[in-house]
Amino acid sequence: MSADIYKKVRANPKFAELEGKRSRFALMLTAIVMVSYYGLMALVAFAPDALRTPIASGATLTIGVPIGAAIIIGSWLLTGWFVRRANGEFDSLNNEIIREASK
Amino acid sequence: MITRKHLLGALLLSLAGAAAFAADAIGAVQKQPLNMTAIGMFFVFVISTMGITYWAASRTKSTADFYTAGGGITGFQNGLAIAGDYMSAATLLGLSAMTFSKGLDGFIYAIGFFVGWPVILFLMAERLRNLGKFTFADIASYRLDQGTIRTFAAFGSLTVVCFYLIVQMVGAGQLIKLLFGLDYATAVVVVGVLMVVYVTFGGMIATTWVQIIKACLMLFGGTVLLFLSLSQFGFSLETAAQKAVEVHKDGIKLMGTGTLMADPITAVSLSLGLVFGTAGLPHIMMRFFTVPNAKEARKSVFVASGCIGYFFMVVCALGLMAIVIVGTNPEFYEGGNIAGKMLGGGNMPVMHLAKAVGGNLFLGFMSAVAFATILAVVSGLALAGASSIAHDIYARVIRKGTASETEEMRVSKFATVALGVVAVLLGILFEKQNIAFLVGLTFGIAASANFPILILSMYWRGLTTRGALLGGLAGLVSAVTFVVLSKAVWVVVLGNKEAIFPYEQPALFSMPLAFFCTWLFSVTDSSARAKTDKAGFDDQYVRSQTGIGAASASSH
Repeated sequence: MSADIYKKVRANPKFAELEGKRSRFALMLTAIVMVSYYGLMALVAFAPDALRTPIASGATLTIGVPIGAAIIIGSWLLTGWFVRRANGEFDSLNNEIIREASK
Repeated sequence: MITRKHLLGALLLSLAGAAAFAADAIGAVQKQPLNMTAIGMFFVFVISTMGITYWAASRTKSTADFYTAGGGITGFQNGLAIAGDYMSAATLLGLSAMTFSKGLDGFIYAIGFFVGWPVILFLMAERLRNLGKFTFADIASYRLDQGTIRTFAAFGSLTVVCFYLIVQMVGAGQLIKLLFGLDYATAVVVVGVLMVVYVTFGGMIATTWVQIIKACLMLFGGTVLLFLSLSQFGFSLETAAQKAVEVHKDGIKLMGTGTLMADPITAVSLSLGLVFGTAGLPHIMMRFFTVPNAKEARKSVFVASGCIGYFFMVVCALGLMAIVIVGTNPEFYEGGNIAGKMLGGGNMPVMHLAKAVGGNLFLGFMSAVAFATILAVVSGLALAGASSIAHDIYARVIRKGTASETEEMRVSKFATVALGVVAVLLGILFEKQNIAFLVGLTFGIAASANFPILILSMYWRGLTTRGALLGGLAGLVSAVTFVVLSKAVWVVVLGNKEAIFPYEQPALFSMPLAFFCTWLFSVTDSSARAKTDKAGFDDQYVRSQTGIGAASASSH
C-alpha cells in the first residue's frame, strides 16, 4: 500500500471525525470498566467490611456477590454496545473514507 | 503420506501410554480406582481431535495457514476459540478451588481475569487486527527497528509462553493423577506429546478447532454441573451459601473478602497484572490475526467475553457449592479425614463435585473436558511460542526475510518440539505450586514486558526503538526478578528461608517501571533511528484505524 493513500486519508476531515468519535467512545467505556473494577478493588483493599454487608437482613450472601456479577455482566453489555456502534456507524464512516481515498 | 505415518505413530504412542497408565494405576501405592468411563471419553476426544488434526494437516500448506489458519476463521468461531483458549484448566480447577477455600476472594480474583477483555476490545482489538500479521512482534516492530524490537518482543512472548505452560502442565499432571492414579511425570509427558502432535501437524486450524470444541464442551459441562449442584439446594444460591458458612472452617468470613488479599499492595498489583496481562498474552493476541478483518475481530471479543464471563460466574458458584457437597464428604479425602488432604490435591474440588452430583459417568465427562482444556490451551501456547521462534527470530531476524516458506515451516516444527520438551521439564519442576497463583505471576510478566511496548507503539508517536527496548527490558527483568525473589519461587522452589521481595505480585512495580523507562529512553533519544521511528507513526496510525493495507485473508 503506497504512502500516498495514507496521506489522502489523513487529509480527509472524515478521518479526524472517525478517529475522534471512536477514540472518545472507546476511552469512555474503558473508563467505566476500569473505575468500577478498581473501585471494587479499592473496597477490597481499604474497606473490606463494606463488602461483608449482607444483601438483605438475615441473608448469608453479601453484597460482594451481586456487585461482582454486575461488573462482569455490565462490562459485557458495554462490549456489545461498542461492537454495535463500531461495526455499524463507525465502519460505514470508515468505508466512506477508504472509498474516497482510493478514488 | 508422511503426515499419515506420523499421525499413526503418535496415536500408537498415546495408546501405549494408556496401557502404561493402567499398569501403573494397578501397581501404585496410593491408587485411584480405574475409571473406564473417564478413560473412554478421554480417548473419544483424543481420537476425534486427531481426526481434526489429520484434516487440518491437509489444509496447512503455507506459513499463513500454520500461524493464523489463513485468516479464514469467522468472528463467532474465533470468539469461541478465544474463550476456549482463555478458560484454561487453571480457571476451571484453580478458580473453583480458590472459591472453595477462600469464598468471595475467589470470585473477586475471577473478575480480575475477566475485565481485561472489554479493555482489549475498546483499546486494542481492531488495531491488533489491522497492524498484525502473525505475531505480536509484528505490531511492536511495525515502525521500529526490526532486528532489535522483534527479537525482544519474541523473547517477551517466549517467557510468557513458558510460564503459562508450567501452569497448564501442573494442572494436567494433577488431573491425570486423579483420574488414572498415574505418576505425575508420565502424565506431563503425555500432554507434551499430544500438544506437539496437534501443533506440528495441524497448526492453527487444528488448534482453533480443538479450542472451539473444548469451549463448547466446557460451557455445556459447567452448565450441567451447575444445574445438578443447585438442585441439591432447591436452586437457591442463598441456601448453598448458608450451608457453606455452617461447614467451612472460616465460617461467615467466607462471604467477605480479605483472607487472600489481606495486603492491599498485593491486591492492586495482582489486579493490574490480570487486567493488562491479558492484553499481553501472545497466544491470545495471535487469535486476532485468524479473522479476516477488524469487524470480525470485534465480534470475536463480544462472543468470547460473554462465554468467559458466564463461565467464571458458574465456576465460582460451583466452588461455593463444593464446600458443602465435597467438603463434608470423607469419600473425597485421603483416609476419609475431611480435615486432611483432598484426594488428587487442593485443586480438585470441582472434579469431586462432578462425581458427587453426577456419578462416575459425569466425572468421566468432566475429566475428559478438563483434559481437553489443557490440550487446547497448551496447543495455543506452543503455536504462539513456535511462531515467535520461527517467524520472528528465525525468518525475520536471523534470515532477514530470505527464508523460504518450507524452511520457516521446518523451523516452526522443530521449535514446537523443543517447547514441548521445555514444558515437560518445567511442569515437573513446578509440581507443588498452586496453579491459579502461578497464573497471576504469568500475567504480571505479560503486563510488564509485552503490554507497555504494544500499547505505546500503537498510541504514542514518540516511542523510539531505544525506548521500547530498554523499557521492555526493564519490565521483563524486573518482573522476572520480583517473581524469582518472591515467596513462590525463592522459598518454595529454591528452598530459601525468607523471601527477598515481600509481595506476591510484581505488576504494580514492574509495569510502571517499564512505562517510565520506555518514556525516558524515548524522549532522550535523538538518534537518526528515532526520527525514522517517529516518522513511521502517521502511516501506521491510518492503517491501524482504517485497516487500509492490513493483511487480508488468504484464499485456497
